Amino acid sequence: MSDQEYNPKSKFGKWFNDRLPLLTLANHLTDYPTPKNLNYWWTFGGILTFCLITQIVTGLVLAMHYIAHADMAFDSVEHIMRDVNYGWLIRYIHANGASMFFLAVYIHIFRSLFYGSYKAPREIIWIIGIVIYLLMMAAAFMGYVLPWGQMSFWGATVITNLFSAIPLVGEGIVTWLWGGYSVDNPTLTRFFTLHYLIPFLILGLVVLHIWALHVPGNNNPIGIDIRKPSKDTVPFHPYIVIKDGFALLMFMIVFAFFVFYTPNILGHADNYIEADPLVTPAHIVPEWYLLPFYAILRSVPDKLLGVVAMLSAIFILAALPWLDTSKIRSAVFRPLYRQFYWILVADVLILGYVGAMPAEGLYLLIARVATAYYFLHFLVILPVLGFKEKTLPIPLSITEPIMSGSPNLATAKNKESSNI
Amino acid sequence: MSEKKTNRRDFLFTATYAVGAVGVGATIWPMIDQMNPDASVKALASTEVDVSNVNPGKTITVLWRGKPVFIRRRTQNEIEEAKSVKLEDLKHPEKDEDRAKNPEWLVMLGVCTHLGCVPLDQKGDYNGWFCPCHGSHYDTSGRIRKGPAPTNMEIPKYEFVDVNTIKIG
Repeated sequence: MSDQEYNPKSKFGKWFNDRLPLLTLANHLTDYPTPKNLNYWWTFGGILTFCLITQIVTGLVLAMHYIAHADMAFDSVEHIMRDVNYGWLIRYIHANGASMFFLAVYIHIFRSLFYGSYKAPREIIWIIGIVIYLLMMAAAFMGYVLPWGQMSFWGATVITNLFSAIPLVGEGIVTWLWGGYSVDNPTLTRFFTLHYLIPFLILGLVVLHIWALHVPGNNNPIGIDIRKPSKDTVPFHPYIVIKDGFALLMFMIVFAFFVFYTPNILGHADNYIEADPLVTPAHIVPEWYLLPFYAILRSVPDKLLGVVAMLSAIFILAALPWLDTSKIRSAVFRPLYRQFYWILVADVLILGYVGAMPAEGLYLLIARVATAYYFLHFLVILPVLGFKEKTLPIPLSITEPIMSGSPNLATAKNKESSNI
Repeated sequence: MSEKKTNRRDFLFTATYAVGAVGVGATIWPMIDQMNPDASVKALASTEVDVSNVNPGKTITVLWRGKPVFIRRRTQNEIEEAKSVKLEDLKHPEKDEDRAKNPEWLVMLGVCTHLGCVPLDQKGDYNGWFCPCHGSHYDTSGRIRKGPAPTNMEIPKYEFVDVNTIKIG
């Protein structure tokens, strides 16, 4: 990177840049050398930035019309839907935007898992990402409470009650979170405040996430270290900008489909009934993006251990860079890991499915097996695989196998020996 | 050696940190405590309920501190069923006599001790209550028999003001 050597052309540019090097930053972002083999799975970082901005902008507008009070919240949301000009559109974008945000973040996370993007030297990027993911879940949960429908109320009750599993201080913490003896107006107003705050925390962490990314540079589909800049890289602009832009357009088509054709399919009809502290809906389920963790919670028959298992399922991801002992990053050169990867994908999808079903009979059994496998994958399979797996030879550079015709042994370095 | 001098400096540092920590703590505490139940919430601490219209086998649900309270006038069968259970069969052993002072009246918080849903009346494997959220079964005394809930449904502080009136809280 040639940050230090950058010199603005205009006299004013130079004057300004000497005082605040914004132009140097812009130049860095434009010229930033990017691996030339990035595929479309790498476009979700840009898509996620778009999702965050969309949520912040639509959220600001909604906050101008929403009233955070237990007696008025439900009606004010209906007021937004019926009376406010384009209120229906803005609210549907915000509500479906949350789902789109999670759809994109799951693809982004599973891309990292496949290509080993969490491994050295990118552990900090990964951990910041996990923190962002946790904050996203908190923001989504609190946002879902704001319309003050039945699902809002009972979702809030169940999730805050998770803290009551903590021995001794649990009940006190729950009362403190509620600001009362049940979920009520004080709970709603503080959730609104935090729901407003968290996106800006996420924005700050996104800056750190990208900053940490720009130190080692992007990982790439073959997962090898590359020299930057070199024949293996292209400048971010225009190459990646145009590719990200195209992917974003495709993503927006999906987004628009939900907003305009099935705006309520990802929600629950019960949430159009105003919150009633005397009646719990017959079947309460969280939003789809939390279902796998909900399935893990329910699969454990003990309250405290269930909560511990659910939280561990999330926090175990932060330890992933050290649980995966393989030196090879990309699953392209890890024939066994590749298979376990897809089993994990299936496992998480199964957990999501049983999370939406009643916790009884066969569903409960499946949930228990899938939960056990989830932890087995991270705690046993990954650490052992790094030592046992016979990995394929990895190329020396991105360009090399292409230039020489095929990625054969003659042009590739055999890294097996260094991996045992 | 300037050991004595170092000790004095150490003492000053420690003292400064300690005073600073007290100051920070005293500043943060109001910020934390403001989230606890306020005076207006605490003021709603008790409710009086007229139960003259509740016949045997019926349950009424009243709101107390934002939470549902079940007041059930139990039938003779239910009382016998609750009393006949052996304590060693219970996950959270409590005698029915201790839960319902007047065996005809069961007054308890209608809140599942798992994650706070409202259980359904006259459902489940033990003819008591069943929580639809995560499948906890309670018996006719509101004691947990099956499922993830750790304890029996809570009995609030209550008393009979007169024959037809219960004061909760």
